[in-house]
Amino acid sequence: MSLTNEQMIGMYANMKKIRMFEEQVAELFAAGKIPGFVHLYVGEEAVATGVCANLREDDYITSTHRGHGHLISKGGDIKLMMAELLGKKTGYCKGKGGSMHIADLDLGILGANGIVGGGPPLASGAALASQYQGKDLVTVCFFGDGAANQGTTHEAMNLATCWKLPVVFVNENNMYGISSCTLNSMCVADIADRAAAYDMPGVVVDGNDVVAVYEAASEALRQAREGEGPSLIECKTYRHKGHFEGDPCVYRNEEELQEWKAKDPVLRFEKKLLDMQVLAREKIDEIKDSIEKDLAKAVSFAEESPFPDPSEIIEDVYTP
Amino acid sequence: MANMSFAQALNDAHKLEMERDPNIYVAGEDVGVYGGIFGVTAGLLDQFTDKRVRDTPITESAIVGTAVGAAAAGLRPVIELMFVDFIGVAFDQLYNQAAKMKYMFGGKAKLPLVMRACCGAGIGAAAQHSQCLEAWFMHVPGLKVVMPSTPYDAKGLLISSIRDDNPVVFLEHKLLYGMEGEVPEEAYTIPLGQADIKREGQDVTVVATAQMVNLSLSVAEKLSGDGISAEVVDPRTLSPLDEETILESVRKTHRLVIVHEEVKFAGSGAEIAAMVAEKAFDYLDAPIIRVAAPFTPVPFSPTLEAEFIPNEDKIIQAVKTVTGNPNVA
Ligand SMILES: Cc1ncc(C[n+]2csc(CCOP(=O)(O)OP(=O)(O)O)c2C)c(N)n1
Ligand SMILES: [Mg+2]
Repeated sequence: MSLTNEQMIGMYANMKKIRMFEEQVAELFAAGKIPGFVHLYVGEEAVATGVCANLREDDYITSTHRGHGHLISKGGDIKLMMAELLGKKTGYCKGKGGSMHIADLDLGILGANGIVGGGPPLASGAALASQYQGKDLVTVCFFGDGAANQGTTHEAMNLATCWKLPVVFVNENNMYGISSCTLNSMCVADIADRAAAYDMPGVVVDGNDVVAVYEAASEALRQAREGEGPSLIECKTYRHKGHFEGDPCVYRNEEELQEWKAKDPVLRFEKKLLDMQVLAREKIDEIKDSIEKDLAKAVSFAEESPFPDPSEIIEDVYTP
Repeated sequence: MANMSFAQALNDAHKLEMERDPNIYVAGEDVGVYGGIFGVTAGLLDQFTDKRVRDTPITESAIVGTAVGAAAAGLRPVIELMFVDFIGVAFDQLYNQAAKMKYMFGGKAKLPLVMRACCGAGIGAAAQHSQCLEAWFMHVPGLKVVMPSTPYDAKGLLISSIRDDNPVVFLEHKLLYGMEGEVPEEAYTIPLGQADIKREGQDVTVVATAQMVNLSLSVAEKLSGDGISAEVVDPRTLSPLDEETILESVRKTHRLVIVHEEVKFAGSGAEIAAMVAEKAFDYLDAPIIRVAAPFTPVPFSPTLEAEFIPNEDKIIQAVKTVTGNPNVA
């Protein structure tokens, strides 16, 4: 199960891509070019990266309102993402969905989600379809600590074990659901403990350590793929930004933020790869340059694309 | 009188009622430390402590359900659902439990609870954070449905809702939170089930709700220059519906346009139109026209969202059609 250098560099590049994408989105949002809400994944890059590095293109994921990192990690095209964020016709959802609803069914991405707890039942359902059709596909359900308290999440987990579905529930515990801290919203220290209630394995991992996430996911996904049933992985992490762009963050303090910034998953992995001499400075610059170029292309593609025509409003409500 | 925003007026209603009645508690996601996503519950935690202002986990079914149980057992919960779109997660507790309890129990239960939620499009919040769902609630016997359009109405109607012994769904259009107006500083009530004529007129009745009241008033002002006198009626409470005020207006103007932001198909306007057709058919000089959203989810892109939300041009067009007045461009 040990990772090759190439795989590690790939994971590093993916984390860096998410980070730079999100920083670009923050800038565009501040410039008034993105309507609605955007929830950024800065600080949590290791989770989606480590998990999705184990997935095949035809495996499924369900995402959340904080979905950009999941999408990028599952192979999402940043040009189409950016166009969608700007509400353009050329975006992933023809401008109809926006940040909270980006999806790419061709890549097994069953959508970001505006409803907290909306994803887990969908994940169990996608896993049911794979099991039913005898395909060796797995589904990963990303969900937050806040979503861990929704009934839908628990119902989906219970059904997943009852039916031994090939699904892995990946909890992104960033300690907050908007202003609600896990210290007040639940009475267990570890969400992973709740797995016992459904008789599925539950493990806690350092969500800012991409290799730890990769390894935990690798084992859980192997079990799921081989028909041994679902499991729960809790990744302890933190969001560096507010809940949404523009959040005054009155509910948490600067010290806590700095503590977590010191554990920045991207910098940490970068340092590790430098120390291990897997990566050289020049290679890092090369990765960064190449992402920068792709991002610039994505932004100009998005900005130059047309808005949907008002007449398109009635299209796509039903399948003819 | 004081000048306050719609959000401040709602905040004030909470504060005054909580000072008056110790059995009132507030609960919901981010209502305490954060003061509510739109600031409606700001300052309540400091004044009333976390016994009475409860930040909850993300757990709508339990937020609504505990309110129902607590109301049945003697408290007066005022809960915030944040976005009305989240009712799907909690609907059973509202429509099967809260709404039917009194009736099923032979009249014995009292359910004094208010569920507040924001609704409406206009900020690019997309399909799951922008809906107007008042018709869903109107369709349930046992629920009252309130939808204010001004700061003054917001405060008086919220106080009445809190004092009402029935479950009340209180819908706040999110574009209204910043709207300012004159509001009495003391507590006052506006009876539930009483419409308000926001502007008197002779030629056409425009029944509108929430943000659409403001658009309709602006249209009425413009039309007055073209010699058309539009009467704008705001039901304020959709259930119970003040049928008499609407009927009286239609008997005077002989024409009816209904404006709401919900999708037109099976929206609240369908009920109002049917009611008028049943009870004042002989007074109508033109078919009733509804101006409402198309039958689609709320789209994200600004060009599509603008197409979704009824606008002044569409209201003017409707008025022009029912009045047959060619002067109206
Ligand atoms: C059913 C529902 N309730 C509430 C919300 C509002 N809301 C959006 S994100 C969020 C917090 C989610 O917290 P968590 O699951 O921990 O995810 P995080 O934002 O931390 O990534 C809330 C309360 C929602 N979108 N859907
Ligand atoms: Mg969280």
